Amino acid sequence: MAVQNINWNNLPGPDSIQRFTLANNITVLTYNNANVSSVYMVGLLNSGSSLDPQDKLGLAHFTAGMLSRGTARHNFNDFHEELENRGANLSFSCGANNTWFRGRALAEDLETLFSLSAESLRQPAFRPEYFERMRAQLLAGLAMREQDTGEAASLLFDQFLFPGHPYGQPTDGYPETIQRIRREDLLQFHQDQYSPDGMILIIAGALDSQQVVDLAKQYFADWENRSAKPQPLQALPDPPTELIRKHHYLEDKSQADLILGTRGPQRTSADYLPVYLGNNILGQFGLMGRIGESVRTRSGLAYYASSSITAWADSGSWEFSAGTSGENLEKTIELIRDEIRKYVSAPVSAEELDDSQSNLIGRLPLSLESNAGLANAILSMERFALGLDYYQRYAQTIRAITPADILNASRKYLDPDRLVITSAGPGDDIL
Amino acid sequence: MNQQVQTHTLSNGLTILTKEIHHVPLVSHWVWYRIGSRNEVPGKTGISHWVEHMQFKGTPKYPINVLDQAISRDGGFWNALTSLDWTTYLETLPADKLDIALDLEADRMVNSSFDPQETELERTVVISEREGNENEPLFRLGEAVNALGFKAHPYRNQVIGNKKDLETITRDQLYGHYKQHYSPNNAVVALAGDFDTATVLSRIEELYGNIAAQDNGTLTPEPEGALEDFYRVDLEGPGDTVYLQVSYRSPAANNEDFFALMVLDSLLTGPSSLDMFGGGSISNKTSRLYQLLVETDKAVSISGGLQATVDPYLYDILAILPPDHPEDEILRVIDDEIKKLQDHKVPAEDIQRAIKQAKALFAYGSENITNQAFWLGYSSMFADPSWFDQYIPNLEKVNAEQLMQAARKYLNSEQRIVGIYRPKEKGK
Repeated sequence: MAVQNINWNNLPGPDSIQRFTLANNITVLTYNNANVSSVYMVGLLNSGSSLDPQDKLGLAHFTAGMLSRGTARHNFNDFHEELENRGANLSFSCGANNTWFRGRALAEDLETLFSLSAESLRQPAFRPEYFERMRAQLLAGLAMREQDTGEAASLLFDQFLFPGHPYGQPTDGYPETIQRIRREDLLQFHQDQYSPDGMILIIAGALDSQQVVDLAKQYFADWENRSAKPQPLQALPDPPTELIRKHHYLEDKSQADLILGTRGPQRTSADYLPVYLGNNILGQFGLMGRIGESVRTRSGLAYYASSSITAWADSGSWEFSAGTSGENLEKTIELIRDEIRKYVSAPVSAEELDDSQSNLIGRLPLSLESNAGLANAILSMERFALGLDYYQRYAQTIRAITPADILNASRKYLDPDRLVITSAGPGDDIL
Repeated sequence: MNQQVQTHTLSNGLTILTKEIHHVPLVSHWVWYRIGSRNEVPGKTGISHWVEHMQFKGTPKYPINVLDQAISRDGGFWNALTSLDWTTYLETLPADKLDIALDLEADRMVNSSFDPQETELERTVVISEREGNENEPLFRLGEAVNALGFKAHPYRNQVIGNKKDLETITRDQLYGHYKQHYSPNNAVVALAGDFDTATVLSRIEELYGNIAAQDNGTLTPEPEGALEDFYRVDLEGPGDTVYLQVSYRSPAANNEDFFALMVLDSLLTGPSSLDMFGGGSISNKTSRLYQLLVETDKAVSISGGLQATVDPYLYDILAILPPDHPEDEILRVIDDEIKKLQDHKVPAEDIQRAIKQAKALFAYGSENITNQAFWLGYSSMFADPSWFDQYIPNLEKVNAEQLMQAARKYLNSEQRIVGIYRPKEKGK
């Protein structure tokens, strides 16, 4: 067994992760990876596109994008000279609940990541010239999105899985909402929503923890934002109660992208790991589990077919996707629904369970190999309060899950007759 | 203690490259074959890639699904890639599971079944893969540009192949292609990770020792030199985005000019690496063409593409333009900047900066063993493993004079292809 080869105590855990919290409620976690010469940083703030006004969807995304377009101390060129001259990288992005920043540098340039990320978050300049340039770039991105079958199917899916909720709306907005955003909106959003309170910062790589403590204090300890507003709680809509079928016609496309699915467990739910393990059997294991076997291997209908779950603090989604020709679209949908029906009708076999348990456990070292892998794993533990010994306990937790656990948990979410089914590509619109 | 790369060759010609890295209990194992779209004839384009798909359909010893379960159940992953010059198969898995990978790759070098029914099922999968590519404007543009970039050399075709060929290639042609090109003398085994070289070598000898070398009769196309003229292709499609691709003949990877062109690309469009499995990227906002095109609102993005190939290929500059922007102006800016590189020496600090960026990318790419094993075999496809070890030293040797010569030799506005993908008029 490969698991015997893994020294579980060598995985990141309470003894090897240093964790401290600044007075302004920024939590910093560090992990020294002695095998590399580089460092990786990932951080997140509690401000995301859920806060966008309806008529200005894309505001949080626009704001995040502007953070690397110059600060009070560095104009655009100086900012990027600082990074690129060192072969370092720092980027900002935005999801529904959070603004993210990710950086990478040689170990000797860690301070550059700290100083520039702090400046960007605390003193962005939002210079008018770059505001308009960024708008043009965002609109160009949306024009490309408009022609992308995968993106179009995904937009429809979110819209009908989370009707009326921010999760159902695109983080990057629509052309008309981007056109409405003014520079003052960005300044206001930054003032209201960017705060150190609850910020998490992870650094993994060739580092000295004490140095990171000192840098975090130097660049972030005196940040405060007393005018920051609390995030409003927004009620989630009910999951689908019937089959909802939508298709978006796109001209000159050879293939359709398909997404179908429903809601999944939230990350902190007791259902999460049984569903995660069950999904591995259903649409991940090997060449994409039962779904890949049915749609690709046995039927030759698609180049890709698989399923995945995505989980946040308050909700999640369970998605099945495939790319197939227009004429095979309905057949592919039925094959996937058949597999879902079988999956929720009977427990997985002991052999399938054992295979997927071994797969999830055995691949841990691979997922924790790079600095980015380590940092993202530590971030999950912190963000969802999984406990810093989560990965050290992981094998026994996964091994304890039974076929009945998987069936019971999965049935709460998955039903072949209650699904959102969306596609984009050749074929008439279904609106 | 991590070791340097070691090279061994069996009497049947199989080359084995090993690099021990012991800090995590993982091994990445690759088998590379010197067969790709470069070696294909008209009527059979895409056959190498389709053979790669068939290699996942089983052998008598490892029937379909058994292979998959064997690799996946202990947390390993496997995959395969077909490119212009090569086809490669990889498994990255827990160190104590290496034997399954060694055994299955030796087995499928000669024993794959190519079941006729599986072949037909895979035909629609490969066509579906091609149709997915066709959805992308950049695939269509690249296909049109390559067709102009080569008169006869198979680099003019896409690796996935022409749809007509994918509809007509037979099971026996696929099997014949496999039997002809999959042999130890046409292959390189590359391993990086937590293993003992002596133990692994004796196991490889045991597994592959009885497979005979053979004459592969691989088509070796005549390399094509500089483009003889200026070419242009205009495409139309739905949407509101203009894509502009400017392509020049690039030197082969083992040509001494290759590293100079890497530095020129870094100066013009920003640093990039040849990593295919992990690593990280660096933004290009201080590169010359970003500054001249994006910072002046003439383009919304700019990028460059240089590939390490056996024969001279194409170096691409790609710009995404706002709707209705005249491409002539973009071309003029690109030409003016290249003219500067042809007429003036690049300041030493600019070269040093490109080297530092390359070193950083190299460090990021070394964080995972899959990418390290990738490099061993990859560089053997167009040079030898020392190409990887010497990658940074060779970049460091590039001087201002060489850059000027390379810009003059490769980046001529009279010898290039301009491809434009433009939105078609609404309602057409």
